[in-house]
Amino acid sequence: MEKKKPIVATTSLAGCFGCHMSILDIDERILSLIDLVEFNKSPINDIKKFTEYCDIGIIEGSCCNSENVYTLKEFRKNCRVLISLGECSIMGGIPSMRNGIPIRECFEEAYMHGPSVKGHNPEMVLPNDPELPMILDRVYPCHEIVKIDYYLPGCPPRADLIYDALAALISGNELKLPYEVVKYD
Amino acid sequence: MKNAFPDSTDELEIGEIVYQDTMIDTVRDILKKYDHNPTRLMDILIDTQSEFGYIQPLIVAEISRQLNISNVDIEQTLSFYHFFSTKPTGKYTVYLNNSVIANMMGREDVARTFEREAGCKFGEVSADGLIGLFSTSCIGMSDQEPAALINGTVFTMLTPFRVKEIIRDLKGGKKLDEIIVEGLGDGANALPEINSMVHNNIRKKGPILADGYKPGEALKKIMKIKPEEVIAEVKLSNIRGRGGAGFPTGMKWEICRNAPSDEKYIFCNADEGEPGTFKDRVILTEYPKMLMEGMAIAGYAVGAKKGILYVRHEYKYLQEYLEKIIEGGRKKNYLGRNICGKEGFDFDIRIQFGAGAYVCGEESALIESAEGKRGEPRDRPPFPVESGYLQKPTIVNNVETLCSIVKIVNHGALWYRSMGTKESSGTKVISISGDCKYSGVYEIEWGFSVTDVLEMVGASDVQAVQVGGPSGTLIGQNEFNRTLSYTDLSTGGSIIIFNKQRDLIKDVVLNFTNFFIDESCGSCTTCRNIPVMLRQKLEKILNARGVQKDIEDMIEWAKVLKASRCGLGLTAANPIVTSIRNFRPLYDKKIQHGKEYDSNFDMLAAVKESCDAVGRVPNIHSN
Repeated sequence: MEKKKPIVATTSLAGCFGCHMSILDIDERILSLIDLVEFNKSPINDIKKFTEYCDIGIIEGSCCNSENVYTLKEFRKNCRVLISLGECSIMGGIPSMRNGIPIRECFEEAYMHGPSVKGHNPEMVLPNDPELPMILDRVYPCHEIVKIDYYLPGCPPRADLIYDALAALISGNELKLPYEVVKYD
Repeated sequence: MKNAFPDSTDELEIGEIVYQDTMIDTVRDILKKYDHNPTRLMDILIDTQSEFGYIQPLIVAEISRQLNISNVDIEQTLSFYHFFSTKPTGKYTVYLNNSVIANMMGREDVARTFEREAGCKFGEVSADGLIGLFSTSCIGMSDQEPAALINGTVFTMLTPFRVKEIIRDLKGGKKLDEIIVEGLGDGANALPEINSMVHNNIRKKGPILADGYKPGEALKKIMKIKPEEVIAEVKLSNIRGRGGAGFPTGMKWEICRNAPSDEKYIFCNADEGEPGTFKDRVILTEYPKMLMEGMAIAGYAVGAKKGILYVRHEYKYLQEYLEKIIEGGRKKNYLGRNICGKEGFDFDIRIQFGAGAYVCGEESALIESAEGKRGEPRDRPPFPVESGYLQKPTIVNNVETLCSIVKIVNHGALWYRSMGTKESSGTKVISISGDCKYSGVYEIEWGFSVTDVLEMVGASDVQAVQVGGPSGTLIGQNEFNRTLSYTDLSTGGSIIIFNKQRDLIKDVVLNFTNFFIDESCGSCTTCRNIPVMLRQKLEKILNARGVQKDIEDMIEWAKVLKASRCGLGLTAANPIVTSIRNFRPLYDKKIQHGKEYDSNFDMLAAVKESCDAVGRVPNIHSN
């Protein structure tokens, strides 16, 4: 019987999907990647729920609300190896710029006084539907919520880095990280 | 102090204008006093702060105009020091010490009583503007804690009962010196120019603190020899800096003497910020003439004509006294021109006060501060001996070092070397506090073991001893046979004793880590961030959520701190590292075993603020 292909799942939490764009940026190598791995829950194939235990989970983005935490914990439960992909996932990134500002002030800016909402919310309502995820007191990098096994830095991480890391992880070979591959811009 | 509640708006406007005008006049007078010299910005701000209780933008703008420097040049200094404020701090500003010893001696009850009686929390000012409550790092009163500064006046051995009396009397309109009812302290503390309740608690005198010191004796002696010979004698004595770093004093002087320059400076470092240290306060109180003489000798030896005594703001209650001593020295011709009749030997001293910053104990930060800037350590080289105050060669010596020099000159280097150990010659004045019968100041020979010290101070049931303050080492019983010396347990003078009832991690290590976080100047990324991350780990462990990995992380991260520029960052992890090394079981007892990872994340706590803000009940779906 043919050896089962490793299964990969991905998600984007509080991020901009830039890291996922970078995954797609591996260009035609995505075909060889498909040969190497099988995708489970991921925005790339739009599978919404885990259907089996995965080998590798790739997390873009940090945790800014209760749903992010829930999703991240789902990934930890369903993946053998978890990778923090990109600045937001590793450090909190741009979303964490609100850290240190009281939530109340953030809400007021976002829903009452910000340039795009000013005058459009005369009753000064703040969204409080129980269906909505609850905002966390600050934005948490993923490793402050669950154990993370590997970190791939960059904003976004370069496509080469992502491809090489996955290839190394799957083949069991050592990952080569030449200086120019680790980029932060 | 201006009336916080004017009766009508009209009165406010007129009153405000008149008040602002007189305020500007006062600021102009202060600026005149310091010759509009921007390097005296510290003094200008200190005087302004004490005049108005805070420094508002209007004043900053005026100082900026008059000194012809930018607003930010003033604001950077203003924002750096604890005792400067840009908001009103109350007619009476209470700074209650929050050091580990203050806590051990009952600070918590005292603090709560202050809050209850004043009607405001720490960090706030009471509604009537009368009393402001603030916390501050060690104020050098560890042998008489809990202690507080109220408008610069020291109140020691506070109890809830005393706090009630103090606040009642302040509300009743009594003056601060009327409130010191316990009586005055011993020795010079009782002099009218100090008039303080602080006690010296000198428990053991050695050759430096000995009675019978005759001012001027050493000065007259060196008049007969060349400066080079003075330096040779100091080198021969093998004395090393008593502030903590232990740099050989003679070598420092020699390098400075050889540095070519038209002007040189002698600084005495009386910043004494290391929690648990208070011996320099006692020397300043009882032996200031010896200190001035030591500075003059240093001036003669290296060819400096100006000396600056940098004293921490906490000891400002000694100002009038110290100024009088300097004036007296001038009258006797121990300071001033042609000292002791020696043609061309001029040396004079001015006092520079700090404004509350531990890091200013680091010599280059101290120099920056004396130049009116933020107390941020400089990059070295060049070292201050080559380029220090105003870029001139500068000696920075500790109070005790300079006093020891006087004795070395009087009695000779060989006499000095006959005391102590081979590598650590002479004696050391140490400040002992914590769980012992006789806390206070002791002058001992180098080479005393910790056991000797504990016996001397009447300490039993000892769990641990912190040698050298928070930046030093925490040792346990199995190391009590180690000796105090530069080659074994080095100390700038702080020894704190903890008995077996103390929770070392919570009461000691966490307190010290908080201290370093508060006192970091923030210049190096390592020192600005890593202590905060280490504190999170400590809190996690104390919260029973720690795992093995947290202890390992702390040890690893502490190594990164070594990339910091000055001693503060280099030693900020010492409480954690030495307590893990010597008291590992205490940590092991608090962590979860058989668990690899725990994030310490608490969803309910994390969503509370946002749910409160929008008015919804948290509905958490855990998975």
